[in-house]
Amino acid sequence: MLELLQGLGHWTLSGLRRLGRANIFMLYVLGGIPLCVRRFRLVITQLFAVGVLSILIIFVSGLFVGMVLGLQGYNTLVDFGAEESLGVLVALSLVRELGPVVSALLFAGRAGSALTAEIGLMKATEQLSAMEMMAVDPLHRVIAPRLLAGIIAMPLLAAIFSAVGVFGGYLVGVGMLGVDDGAFWSQMQSSVEFREDILNGVIKSLVFGVTVTWIAVFEGYDTLPTSEGIGRATTRTVVNSSLAVLAFDFILTALMFNK
Amino acid sequence: MTPSNNPVLENALVKVRGLTFRRGERTIFDDVSLEIPRGRITAVMGPSGCGKTTLLRLIGGQLRPDSGFLVVDGEEVTAMSRAELMQLRKRMGMLFQSGALLTDLNVFENVAFPLREHTALPESMIRDLVLMKLEAVGLRGARNLMPSELSGGMARRVALARAIALDPMMMMYDEPFTGQDPISMGVLVRLIKLMNDTLGLSSIVVSHDIHETLAIADYVYILSAGKVVGRGSPTDLSQTDNPWVRQFVQALPDGPVHFHYPGAAFAEDLRL
Repeated sequence: MLELLQGLGHWTLSGLRRLGRANIFMLYVLGGIPLCVRRFRLVITQLFAVGVLSILIIFVSGLFVGMVLGLQGYNTLVDFGAEESLGVLVALSLVRELGPVVSALLFAGRAGSALTAEIGLMKATEQLSAMEMMAVDPLHRVIAPRLLAGIIAMPLLAAIFSAVGVFGGYLVGVGMLGVDDGAFWSQMQSSVEFREDILNGVIKSLVFGVTVTWIAVFEGYDTLPTSEGIGRATTRTVVNSSLAVLAFDFILTALMFNK
Repeated sequence: MTPSNNPVLENALVKVRGLTFRRGERTIFDDVSLEIPRGRITAVMGPSGCGKTTLLRLIGGQLRPDSGFLVVDGEEVTAMSRAELMQLRKRMGMLFQSGALLTDLNVFENVAFPLREHTALPESMIRDLVLMKLEAVGLRGARNLMPSELSGGMARRVALARAIALDPMMMMYDEPFTGQDPISMGVLVRLIKLMNDTLGLSSIVVSHDIHETLAIADYVYILSAGKVVGRGSPTDLSQTDNPWVRQFVQALPDGPVHFHYPGAAFAEDLRL
């Protein structure tokens, strides 16, 4: 029993120490944002790596999620004779929840893990140390542009996911199942509000972008510089950022949509 | 000869006094004092794991000692802020064991990296400077290659060109000869000597390659078990009676550094 308590205490303390390190790390990284603004080319390079290269997986996933929503939504709504509300169901599900959350989970798996592995490998091959010895702060030169690129890319990817998802729902609902075209779009237009639905979705994806990218770059920078250490850090990035996204989603949903 | 009666050491570029550094329970340096003279090649030698690379990281301010102090060119590294350290590092060059080239940049851009980061020189001047540095290491023709296309020796030569890009006052070499074929090793030995003499650098070479290092070093420190166990010119060291130094210089398998890792008696382990 005593050993269990001791283990719990040790786990809690090391978790708190790590959280403290992550916060101090973030403070130093934020100091590099002016450099990123002055040399925005550094951010654009990273936007390509984390954003543009993630578009394919976001596009395909968004399409299939939208198609499933269309199919499931139609089967439920048709029992109540409300199949013309399919457009509203698909759009609200996507812009409020599935767009930000699923794209953040995909972003963690695709871009987050790549960021951690890249930074971890730079550490293991002494590239970060070499930068320090060249009087170049790697937190400003390497980490800050990646963090900023992740924060910019996430809402854009979520928007693409939602837009493609709505199109997927349209393909199934209108194209395959015969829902009225005009009703699909007009009900969506009249029921989806910009501030209540779309803006809150964008805020969610911004929060998820900060969370996932922060975890990814910190795990890469804090990794043990061995192949096993990098492997573990990459796994931690995907697991921790996925859990954090789901936890933040609940908190944000409770704050935003609680009537 | 001790620093107090040696004018070269008295005017040292790097002074280390009472340095103690621990990693967890393990003491890497225990009250170590040494001096790196200006304009010379100083070798720091010793068996693997004795803290040679750690000493370079302490001089560069990447690690902080538990006690003692280090002075580089009159400035106390241990008391510097991060910004002051960055200023000092612009006057230092370091060649890492792996080369540590930035893998997403080609050879030209790697050498241009410190110039782009720290100067506002026009592109034409950066090009000329980079080509001059690459010419010095014999790799001007390889400027468009990526680091993955270079051999280990070539990567170190590119890293050397990058390290001297800002014309530093001192160079630190971390195991420059490890894993090199004889030709690459010969090229690196010649380059280190040539750079030091022609650019007026002060060099610290950390290595356990005895013959290559002693061939170019003006002064040598031998570290073992957290202490400086030998110091002097290569000639002094070849004539010493010190058992630590003799074991290292003559590559003896047993001596003060034991062949066997400490453990129970063999017969006891075999339950005889």
